[in-house]
Amino acid sequence: MAEEKIGVYICHCGTNIGGKVDVEEVTKWAATQPNVAVAREYKYMCSDPGQDLIKNDIKELGITRAVVAACSPTMHEPTFRKAASDGGLNPYLLQMANIREHCSWVTIDPVAATAKAKRILSAQIHRLPLNEPLEPIEVPVNHDVLVVGGGIAGIEAALKLSATGKHVTLVERNPSIGGHMAMFDKTFPTLDCAACILTPKMSALGKDPNITLMAYSEVEYVEGYVGNFTVKVRKKARYVNTDICTGCGACQEACVVRKVKSEFDQGLGFRSAIYIPFAQAVPLRATIDPAKCLTLSKGKCKQQTCVSACGPGAIDFEQKDEVVELDVGAIIMATGFELWDAAQETRYGYGRLDNVITSLEFERISNASGPTGGEIVCKNGEAPKSVVILHCVGSRDQNYQEFCSRVCCMYSLKFSHLIKEHLPETEVYELYIDMRCFGKNYEEFYRRLMDEGVNFVRGRAAEVTDVALSPDEEGRLVVKTEDTLLGIVRRIPADMVILSAGLSPAHDAKEVSQIFGFGCSANGFYLERHPKLEPVATVTDGIFIAGCCQYPKDIPDTVAQAGAAAAGVLGLVDNDTVKVEPTISYIDPEKCSGCHICVGLCPHNAIQYNEEKNAAEVIEAACKGCGVCVSACGSNVPQQRGYLDVQIFAEIEGALAV
Amino acid sequence: MSDNGFEPRLIGFLCRWCSYNGADLAGTARLKYPPNMVPIKTNCSGRVEPTHIMKAFADGADGVIIAGCHPGDCHYINGNYRTAGRYPLMEKLLEQLGLEHGRVRLEWVSAAEGDKFARVVGEFTEEIRALGPLGWSEQFKDEAAAVAPEAVTA
Repeated sequence: MAEEKIGVYICHCGTNIGGKVDVEEVTKWAATQPNVAVAREYKYMCSDPGQDLIKNDIKELGITRAVVAACSPTMHEPTFRKAASDGGLNPYLLQMANIREHCSWVTIDPVAATAKAKRILSAQIHRLPLNEPLEPIEVPVNHDVLVVGGGIAGIEAALKLSATGKHVTLVERNPSIGGHMAMFDKTFPTLDCAACILTPKMSALGKDPNITLMAYSEVEYVEGYVGNFTVKVRKKARYVNTDICTGCGACQEACVVRKVKSEFDQGLGFRSAIYIPFAQAVPLRATIDPAKCLTLSKGKCKQQTCVSACGPGAIDFEQKDEVVELDVGAIIMATGFELWDAAQETRYGYGRLDNVITSLEFERISNASGPTGGEIVCKNGEAPKSVVILHCVGSRDQNYQEFCSRVCCMYSLKFSHLIKEHLPETEVYELYIDMRCFGKNYEEFYRRLMDEGVNFVRGRAAEVTDVALSPDEEGRLVVKTEDTLLGIVRRIPADMVILSAGLSPAHDAKEVSQIFGFGCSANGFYLERHPKLEPVATVTDGIFIAGCCQYPKDIPDTVAQAGAAAAGVLGLVDNDTVKVEPTISYIDPEKCSGCHICVGLCPHNAIQYNEEKNAAEVIEAACKGCGVCVSACGSNVPQQRGYLDVQIFAEIEGALAV
Repeated sequence: MSDNGFEPRLIGFLCRWCSYNGADLAGTARLKYPPNMVPIKTNCSGRVEPTHIMKAFADGADGVIIAGCHPGDCHYINGNYRTAGRYPLMEKLLEQLGLEHGRVRLEWVSAAEGDKFARVVGEFTEEIRALGPLGWSEQFKDEAAAVAPEAVTA
């Protein structure tokens, strides 16, 4: 190989690297390494003057290869490769040595850290002469977008994208879009009616010519890559022809199975076996619950009253699931959250004691379109004289979820306000650990609730019991708690206890993230690409996340994130092409014996057998660069650009040479 | 630190989607672990070949970790299943070459598992420290003609 001139650029990253690694020492050492023409250090290599060091050396010293020893390549490899390219060097002739995340930040002893930094750098110095110039592969971009999840995040993202003229398919698992927000009565702290601000968006989405709504559908399979995803969506059978159903609701009135617990009403109200989940549903179409419908489950509904009640004749018991294939360029995941299952905290008696309810149940009770018509009443139909709201149920708890669910303090305040508004004589207690009123006008709302006469008790409830110790407690619930501000233990009699349960990842978040090929964080929510700088992107290019599937958040943050995800998508699908990494495999037909081993192993079906040449061939557009074929071949014929065997060998050599 | 002052030299093959990011997270979280392992990035753990591991040992490594995405999480659908399938075969092969059990380790480390990454490197460092130096590189210097890395590669 020709003599290469390597430039080495070592970053102090302020004190992030320089505080631990002796950068001066590493720089002096680097200058003595094979092929190294120049070694420089700089306080912040990613700044303009830092990048200029590389550009100038390419021009003035004729550097032919460069290595930047700094942070993780995930952070700044694109920055430095761009700098190399601007300076006239092929970007793939620049490597990064990660001496921050993998060295200075994780090592206690400065001497050991300095030695490790040299080994990490040495691996790259040894590799560089073997690097080949590569050109990013440009692939066409499909301009259509898939949004998964029809809560406020998905709705907002779809509408934003549609406004730019993009075609969006929105897939929602439930019969209607709307998500959790559709269940709420009011929103904090403005007390806007949730339906008044959400339903216009739902209806706009339903009518939007740029949006194809696939409700009651689930994504089953995703393949492809940025700009070119193929998605299979299962449209579950509604047993109703939605083209002719008018959403009149006559069928649900006529149905003989009328006592099915309504999912939308959190099981507090009932629906029929054929049902429209709520009056403002979009699409406003009936769905038959196959588990409850007597015809579908047992084959013995004699009257089939729904069929006779349906004027247009939309009911179709023969309907089958349909799998639809879509091609899209980008995907937004907005699959939301699930309420933490409060029955796990047995000492609070949820599911055992009447009138211990979850926050979502209270949303339905206080909602004018809910099972009680908006009357705040206990199970016996009487208005509660005392209500206790327990914060942080399942949140901020090392036994369950360590994280703060962020919205519970605020929605609890909203509940207090609604109770005081409906029932001014009722005593309301909020049992909190800390009040976290972080958003715009949130603290002011807390102040207002104090003025409205709500009792704020700092303490986490120990127990909710129905064992009375005094006549006042007879026949009621009692909340036992320590009041940490007064330093006493209290027993608060109550007629209703609301558990402000935390937000959990959807039960199948993990499986869904696997279908789409990105991961979950330790707490089970979808993992963002970077917690600060890429909070709406995932590690899979072209797939974005918005709303509570990423982490609990309130409606304003969700809407903002949905907009950010839409902007991210637009930055991609508004182009005709996208550049993808050229680190893919190639096969020399002269060397290939045509044994077929790699053909069957390729996860993306990117290798085909060419009979004429008796050799395997890589389909460049389909190869994603995993390198499985390279390691599988008995004759070492497939090679992966950027990860050639000789390059990996050289890295190993370098890492062990110091 | 052991009495004899032996510092193991370790190589870690990290897949770029999960384990490399897991190692990054350990850094971002400022977790501390021993400095003995130098990471080498591959796109997928399925790219790692027995020859890479032999090369590491031949060049003086005392232990090698291969880390990839958890089963089901692979960015390349099933690349890590190939790794999982090959690994027992490779262990056998290395055993036949006279390598003690425990010098190679396969771990699934997700991008969210910075703590696991730090723990695995810490544990592995101590395990190899207990096993002592491998010394293949010195041996090879003596028997240079016997097993050159090129011969292993081909």
